[in-house]
Amino acid sequence: MPYIPHTPEDEKEMLATIGVDSIEDLFREIPAELRVKPGSLDIPNSLSEDQLYQKMVGLARQNLDATKLEWYLGAGLYDRHIPAVIAPLISRGEYLTSYTPYQPEMSQGYLQAIYEFQSMIAEVYDMDAANASMYDGATSLAEACLMACAHTGRKKVYVSEAVHPSYRQVVETYLWATEDEVATIDTTDGVTTGYAAVADDAGCVVVQYPNFFGAIEDLAEARRVATANGALLVVVADPVAMALLPPPGQFGADVVVGEGQPLGVAMGFGGPLVGLYACKSDYMRRLPGRIVGRTHDHSGRSAFTMTLRTREQDIRREKATSNICTNEALMALANTIYLSALGKNGLKSVATSTVNNTQYAMQVLTAAGAKLKFSGRVFGEFVLDLGRDATAVQSKLIDAGIMPGLPLGPYYSGMDNCMLVALTEVRTKAQIDRFAAELKKVLS
Amino acid sequence: MSSVPADLKYTKSHEWVRVEGDVATIGITDHAQSELGDVVFVELPSAGRSLSAGDTFGSVESVKTVSDVYAPIGGEVTEANETLGAQSELVNTDPYGQGWLIKVKVSDASQLDALMDAAAYGGVIA
Repeated sequence: MPYIPHTPEDEKEMLATIGVDSIEDLFREIPAELRVKPGSLDIPNSLSEDQLYQKMVGLARQNLDATKLEWYLGAGLYDRHIPAVIAPLISRGEYLTSYTPYQPEMSQGYLQAIYEFQSMIAEVYDMDAANASMYDGATSLAEACLMACAHTGRKKVYVSEAVHPSYRQVVETYLWATEDEVATIDTTDGVTTGYAAVADDAGCVVVQYPNFFGAIEDLAEARRVATANGALLVVVADPVAMALLPPPGQFGADVVVGEGQPLGVAMGFGGPLVGLYACKSDYMRRLPGRIVGRTHDHSGRSAFTMTLRTREQDIRREKATSNICTNEALMALANTIYLSALGKNGLKSVATSTVNNTQYAMQVLTAAGAKLKFSGRVFGEFVLDLGRDATAVQSKLIDAGIMPGLPLGPYYSGMDNCMLVALTEVRTKAQIDRFAAELKKVLS
Repeated sequence: MSSVPADLKYTKSHEWVRVEGDVATIGITDHAQSELGDVVFVELPSAGRSLSAGDTFGSVESVKTVSDVYAPIGGEVTEANETLGAQSELVNTDPYGQGWLIKVKVSDASQLDALMDAAAYGGVIA
């Protein structure tokens, strides 16, 4: 598409056609006090390409990143191996620069890629259907809560305290807008136990699997509680863990959401991410976002096209499940290539290495003087009680070239001495040993 | 030319009503189904739901749009057409017969007087 500039004459003519005097008139609805005053933004002069590049590199150097430190910080984003095949494929112009490539006559390739993505995500979680992706795991969860409230006609969701704190904040933001209520289900020893609080006003019960502390929740119990109260069961699940744990679909989860970043997407300082969203077929007509379906053309050839479009807000704004009008197609493509490249066995070996590294780290870090905060089974992440302020310990270890994890004080009261430590398949025994040795120095 | 049976009552929003005793059968008209195109899904209320005239009681989804359907008269839903779950196309092929949507126990028969007869509805869609 060419770039078409507007001359002042063009603008005048267009304004005259629609019957207003100036571009300013088009913004009349916005109160004056909310508008940015011309000249009030402190924006410096333009830079040449080279100057801009140097400036950005200088800014980037100020970040601590996983290429410079040995990385044990997880809490939703994980330092996993990204197969080399992904970057060149997602960098192809047909994928990288295409904008809304959903016209079936033009975009069979991208549509098929999304269809394969949906199929894989549904299979990973053992669910009937998945959408073309959401912004990220947190918004996927918020959308699942909205869908559960719409489906049940109820105005309250019950979310475990062991669901990622940031995810819970996003749920609160979304449900504030719809005037729905968010209640918390308490935990004991790092797992959800306060199910007695759930009542028959519940649109859904939400648990995370493995949960924020790394522990493996009892989904059968969560299902029982949801069913007893006529609520849906929504599970936030790590897709990599599904290679070893029975997926939520096997426990009768109604909706499963998650973050797709561990499947071949860089941590990227927190983005871009990709939200996974899968559900039982009963809710297909309430699924938020796009869905690509498979059909055949007049000659009987396989063909892919967007389907069930009437759920979407561009068809019926007031009736739509969600106001999302997009998806994370490029990141979903990275997930698809990752899963294709690894296959079932590959994903299983990633998960197995993760568990082995986690078990070993728990052993040597506790030998170094830290205690395990909780006693339950974990997958790839666990909470250490350091016996002293975790933020101070973190900063000393960063000086030693190790990012040890997330201090939990800011997120949970009474956990100032606790650190959430994550392991992935890329950590080596030598690195974990060094982590233990450095931790021992700090703690003694 | 859409079919407009003479023995039914009609609404401006293209629903029809057939009254037998105190039970009213409700569906969408031949004109409505042809405007919608191929119907792929019908959402209907459960039996026992109480409706007032003008209430939305469900929706009819076609390949290109979704339309809400409105109760022509008030009453309690006694039955929804379960067959449409597997055969939504009956709304297209037999809108006044097997493609009916719900049956309602009429609460106030005088509400029927506010509806159009076939001649008036025929004029609306002409």
